[in-house]
Amino acid sequence: MLSVQQLTGGYSVDSVLKNVSFELEQGELFGILGPNGSGKTTLLKMLSGILPFSEGTILLKGIPIKEYTAKELAKVVAVLPQHTSQSFSYTVKETVSLGRYAHQKGWFQTWSADDERIVRQVMEQTGVAHFEDHPIHELSGGERQRVFLAQALAQEPEILLLDEPTNHLDLSFQKELLDLLKEWTKVKGLTVISIFHDLNLAGLYCDRLLLLENGEININHTPNEVLREERIRKVYRTKIQKQPHPKVPAPQMVLLPEELSEEKGSFTIDESLLEVSKEYIALKCPIPLRTMSSGVVGSGTGWHQFFVNRHVDKDYDCSDHRREMVNYLKSYHFEPGETVGMMTAVYPEDVSHQLYQADDFSAFIVVTAGVGNAIDAARSEEHTFNKTPGTINTWVFVNGELTEEAFIQSIMTATEAKVKAMHDLEVMDAVTGTVATGTSTDSILIAATQKGQRQDYAGTITPLGKLIGKGVYECTMMAIQKSRKRKKK
Amino acid sequence: MQKLFTLKYLNNKFVAYLIAAAFLIIAMLFGISIGTVSVPVIDIIKIIGAEIFRIAPNENIDPMYSNIVLNIRLPRVILAGLVGASLAIAGAAFQGLLRNPLADPYTLGVSSGASVGAVLTLFFSISIPVAGMFTLPLFSILFAFITIFLVLFFARQIDRSMKVETIILTGIIFSSFLGSLISLMIALTGEELRQIIGWLLGSVSMRGWAYIKIIFPFFIIGSLLLLINSRELNAMSFGEERAQHIGVNVQKRKMTILIAGSILTGAAVAVSGTIGFVGLVIPHLTRLLWGPDHRHLLPLSILAGGGFLILADLVARTIISPTELPIGVITALIGAPVFGLILMNRRKERRG
Repeated sequence: MLSVQQLTGGYSVDSVLKNVSFELEQGELFGILGPNGSGKTTLLKMLSGILPFSEGTILLKGIPIKEYTAKELAKVVAVLPQHTSQSFSYTVKETVSLGRYAHQKGWFQTWSADDERIVRQVMEQTGVAHFEDHPIHELSGGERQRVFLAQALAQEPEILLLDEPTNHLDLSFQKELLDLLKEWTKVKGLTVISIFHDLNLAGLYCDRLLLLENGEININHTPNEVLREERIRKVYRTKIQKQPHPKVPAPQMVLLPEELSEEKGSFTIDESLLEVSKEYIALKCPIPLRTMSSGVVGSGTGWHQFFVNRHVDKDYDCSDHRREMVNYLKSYHFEPGETVGMMTAVYPEDVSHQLYQADDFSAFIVVTAGVGNAIDAARSEEHTFNKTPGTINTWVFVNGELTEEAFIQSIMTATEAKVKAMHDLEVMDAVTGTVATGTSTDSILIAATQKGQRQDYAGTITPLGKLIGKGVYECTMMAIQKSRKRKKK
Repeated sequence: MQKLFTLKYLNNKFVAYLIAAAFLIIAMLFGISIGTVSVPVIDIIKIIGAEIFRIAPNENIDPMYSNIVLNIRLPRVILAGLVGASLAIAGAAFQGLLRNPLADPYTLGVSSGASVGAVLTLFFSISIPVAGMFTLPLFSILFAFITIFLVLFFARQIDRSMKVETIILTGIIFSSFLGSLISLMIALTGEELRQIIGWLLGSVSMRGWAYIKIIFPFFIIGSLLLLINSRELNAMSFGEERAQHIGVNVQKRKMTILIAGSILTGAAVAVSGTIGFVGLVIPHLTRLLWGPDHRHLLPLSILAGGGFLILADLVARTIISPTELPIGVITALIGAPVFGLILMNRRKERRG
């Protein structure tokens, strides 16, 4: 469809683009990325025939672009520019109709039924038909952008070039436009080349990305290859972090703002933040913590400031326990969106907690344990589902920065330590008669301040792993013993 | 529904042409009828019918009326109409091309160029033997041509892609330079002074049928060139890059439009002197009334521009009769405030 070979050139003597080569297949959605001044717009202008280039060739359907007349080119390539100027107030339909220019013949260019049909069709597709008689300068930015998209589509192009198409659009229009483009590439075989500023949108929609750096190609590959943290950091010279999209296998980049030097004086999460009442155990943190948890509320990964382990009665039964928990939190003035909430039948005063100190970081462990429902995970299939209360809720607060790996390894280490405690206290699975490994409703929370010493790993023999292993083991032992004592009473 | 709409649309445009044509005809009748000797409209129709279209024999019409109408007022009115039409369509085209409602043949320096040609002819009393009395108009057109090519050449030197801003700026620099040249020549002139100043302010009086013959072919050629480029003008009023995206051969079309515009302006200046603001006011009003589509804007500007200048000339020669005001004074009195209004509206739009 399109083949660019050793393209070199620019506005003046200095070449903006140097030796750019790439190929494009029909039906591709191809994104061009790059920091400001990297030559994105220059490349697009050369592809649209506006800007001459000094060296190299652009082959359009096998024919050099320089051999196309303006009209022939307009039947193959249409452009949706970033800015459009309108000095006179044409109506929407007049504007869209201009897109048919290249298809009309003769000196006085008569308007055919075909022209009318296509104009009507593209106005419907872009959703501008219902204001076809409005002057364009009365439209909003998003509407105007759609009018010019309709104009470009009225050319019936095979290739559509877009320069930051979502620039002036609000969120819903951005999605609408890109969904539409994606659909056209799939259904109609339209080839789309678009400049993107938003790496995430590009990663989400494009089949392939071209990353320009100082007028040269840095990489031309799939979004997952192009949007690598290291590469983007280097090319854009900014702090950025990659994370997966929750629904689609597309990479997403997030900016990391520079941390302000004046931090709220360094603090440590310890028992001074802990509040134990008859109703619940709560930890109120002055700043949001990065969390990974399996609570009733605030589970998964996120940022949370409040942590509540609520005491419920042994017979607690609720069809929608999640909503009930949210209402409960609200009634105690914990903002549910910022809270990780768990439940336990264990009495709050039986909590066991301890701050474990390492050289330059620390971990505060909080455990409540009830083992009435202890189960040997290895033989859990022998259990039928029954709801006897008894839960081990483990909280691990780390005063330090954790990587994603460290979060996951923390969970593993904490779990291993818990199992060991069960083993050493010979907590038995009532059904199988073997040593239990936990209970059926155990929950865990790993929370980190993300400040201070960075911990890359939390395996059992790493500094953090050692702390968590020891801490969770000791606290779980203590908590189980406390709840056993209460039972004996 | 669809058909109904198309019909209404056509009707709207049809009405627009009807109104503009009626305006032109009424202006012509007024222009011929009113003066120191008033000629009844019925007689005008009879005289024109008899003498030009040879319909009915010219029997009971006062020969004096006939003489006034055919030899004085009709050529004057037709000349005013042609000049007004030329300036208006040229202005409309330049505005579309430059995407600037303030553009006008004068912005590009075309008028100044034509004036220099004319003043040179008067100053040196040049007379080409073959051309005779047509020396002046021919020189005007020639200088309009030379000026527009110089402006384009310099604009190209400044900026290879010939951005519209560059062209306007170059035009203004040329206007200013050529204006000084004219002032210099006026200062050096002795008794020719009055003639030159009178000519500079513009007039369509005492020109006769000969001048109509001069302007007419240029009017036809220039207008046709612009009319066949009206869709390209529509495209270019969205910007040159946009026009190219749509498929317009911008360099070629731009050149054609500029040449056609300078033919019209050069010919108009040659026969009537520098009459300002017609090319600014008429396209602006036409656009306000009937929209910016050049396929209709250009022909409607021809009709409206012709009618407007005929009325302006009528006012110029009757308002302080028997003395005649230069027609340029009238158009400037109307045009300058309109210019200011457009400027203010544009500023408001940009802010809002």
